Amino acid sequence: MSDTLLVQLKDISISFGGIKAVDHVSLDLHAGEVVGLLGHNGAGKSTLIKILAGAYKKDSGEIWIEGKRAEINSPRDARDHNIETIYQTLALADNLDAASNLFLGRELTSPMGFVDDAKMAAETAKIMARLNPNFKKLKEPVSALSGGQRQSVAIARAVYFNAKILIMDEPTAALGVHETEMVADLIKELKDQGLGIFLISHDTREMMDLCDRVSVMKNGHMVGTERVEDVTEDDILSMIIMGKNPKAAA
Amino acid sequence: MSDTSNTNKTGDQKREGAFAKFLRETEIDTRLLGMLAALGLIWIGFHYYGLFVNGFGAFLTPRNLWNLSVQTSSIGIMATGMVLVIITRHIDLSVGSMLGFIAIVMGIVQVNILPQFLGLGHPSIWIIAIVVGLIMGTLLGAFQGWMIAYGTIPAFIVTLGGLLVWRGAGFLVARGETISPVDATFKLLGGGPYGAIGNTGSWIVGILGCIAVLAMIILGRRKRQNFGLHLRPIWAEGFLAAIGVGTVLGATILMNAYPWPKGIIKKYAAAQGFEVPAEGMFISHGFAIPVLILLGVAIAMTILMTRTKFGRYVYAIGGNPEAAELAGINTRWMTVKIFALMGFLTGLSAVVASARLGSATAALGTLDELYVIAAAVIGGTSLAGGVGTIYGAILGAIIMQSLQTGMVLIGFDAAIQQVVVGGVLVLAVFLDILYRRNSK
Repeated sequence: MSDTLLVQLKDISISFGGIKAVDHVSLDLHAGEVVGLLGHNGAGKSTLIKILAGAYKKDSGEIWIEGKRAEINSPRDARDHNIETIYQTLALADNLDAASNLFLGRELTSPMGFVDDAKMAAETAKIMARLNPNFKKLKEPVSALSGGQRQSVAIARAVYFNAKILIMDEPTAALGVHETEMVADLIKELKDQGLGIFLISHDTREMMDLCDRVSVMKNGHMVGTERVEDVTEDDILSMIIMGKNPKAAA
Repeated sequence: MSDTSNTNKTGDQKREGAFAKFLRETEIDTRLLGMLAALGLIWIGFHYYGLFVNGFGAFLTPRNLWNLSVQTSSIGIMATGMVLVIITRHIDLSVGSMLGFIAIVMGIVQVNILPQFLGLGHPSIWIIAIVVGLIMGTLLGAFQGWMIAYGTIPAFIVTLGGLLVWRGAGFLVARGETISPVDATFKLLGGGPYGAIGNTGSWIVGILGCIAVLAMIILGRRKRQNFGLHLRPIWAEGFLAAIGVGTVLGATILMNAYPWPKGIIKKYAAAQGFEVPAEGMFISHGFAIPVLILLGVAIAMTILMTRTKFGRYVYAIGGNPEAAELAGINTRWMTVKIFALMGFLTGLSAVVASARLGSATAALGTLDELYVIAAAVIGGTSLAGGVGTIYGAILGAIIMQSLQTGMVLIGFDAAIQQVVVGGVLVLAVFLDILYRRNSK
């Protein structure tokens, strides 16, 4: 793990209708590091991550990217900072084919300014061959694909554009054992390439395996961030359930 | 998992019949075939009903089909815009009223206002009137879109309000009068013997159309080759080319087969200063100008929907608005643009409709919104969003218009016409639902 600071979230808060979904949370991410976010449903993990992804606007706090303060007010801003997101819902337009989804919002165009479907299809075939060699249904709308295939389209979208910072919100929730392994391998590979990855999951064991550090949130607060080698799975579970950091208490 | 599905697929392909193979290789949409079959049935049905019951089959005649093409234009132009509106899960109930309002304003501009400054019959009057109509449509549409997108008022409510407001505004502005006669050049845009491009012009259009069909097939094939994508077999390409060229040439011959009426020829001959021969003269109508306008709109809208980012975003918003937003698409601004485009096309349609009538009345376009929506929906645009094509909407418009014209020709009265059109709309949507359920 290098020491390049990719992301610093400083004192981030956001509330919806008087409820503090994220309450003064700080978190950072280095290049070549995987940071896991854990917590119950509604703990604020996805909300925090969506602020970084530009889907929500924070009420207060600062975002720093590679040592510079960044204003992220829209998904486009996030992309401009090389932040790519794989959403829990996958955020695919079901009526469009894989290539249209992969390039949605960043279509390749011909010199005349028209969308270049043939080129996008060819590029999609290339990256899918790497991520999921079984993927053949390039022409069909993604609604016709299996859960795993849809997931690979969403992952391909994040990987294709050379992200530096990758956000993965429950990337394996809908997947079978084999496909989950493929995602895990991919995460390790991307990490070795020097990407910083925020990973959200409910699977504590998987998180201990994949992450360098894990952060636990509860009711919008940050309970604590620990290096995985310093804690046991039980420590993490008690942080999630009790909302207290056992090491801090000790 | 993927292995078994692959073997299944090859098995299916072996078992599929010749017709299924034909459809797969030519990449013809089965629902397009279904619509064409329905249209064919309607045409043949009306013709033979007339032949047997009334002793005269009037439907499949150049005269009727030429008129049908002109009557379809106004609804067809608006239907192409309605496709975008419905794809993005909205609706526009205001187009009929807006058409009436715009027609009135254009009428006042060219009959009451401009002649005062430019003199009656000034050559720029019709151009200014059209520009006013198109700008007005765009602005009214954008205004409605803005209320829908940024005011978050449902499109149904905004445009239901528009339905009443624009109709009322039209009556207010016209004070209930019919405004006529419109400018002579303006009138040509509505069709009629003079508003058609004649024999030679039609052949030029037809041959250009054939060249375009062939160029599209050849360029498409070359592009697929360059990127190593699946190619259609040569026989399939040839078949598509033959169908395309055949349709274009057939339409040209048909449009040229409808001659000017004798009275018009006499007047024309008198104006041009020549004698009509005793055995009569055959002067072809050819393609009517409003049909060419519809054709131009159809081509432009198809390019917009299939070849531009704008079109891609329309489909994406319809498929998953949240995903479109997360992909960095400004969905609200898109909504404004879509309704502005709908308004622009309504303005264009108002030009065609009032030019055809030769006057502007505040009642022009009454119930058009329903025909336009019906055309789009019969043409396969899904009210659930995300699905729809421009050619489908135009076919839908032709089907709607064929039903109406056909019933007039065989002497059904207005009450039965309404019953039939309403029933067909519901039936068409039901068939569409069945089709989608089975194709999943």
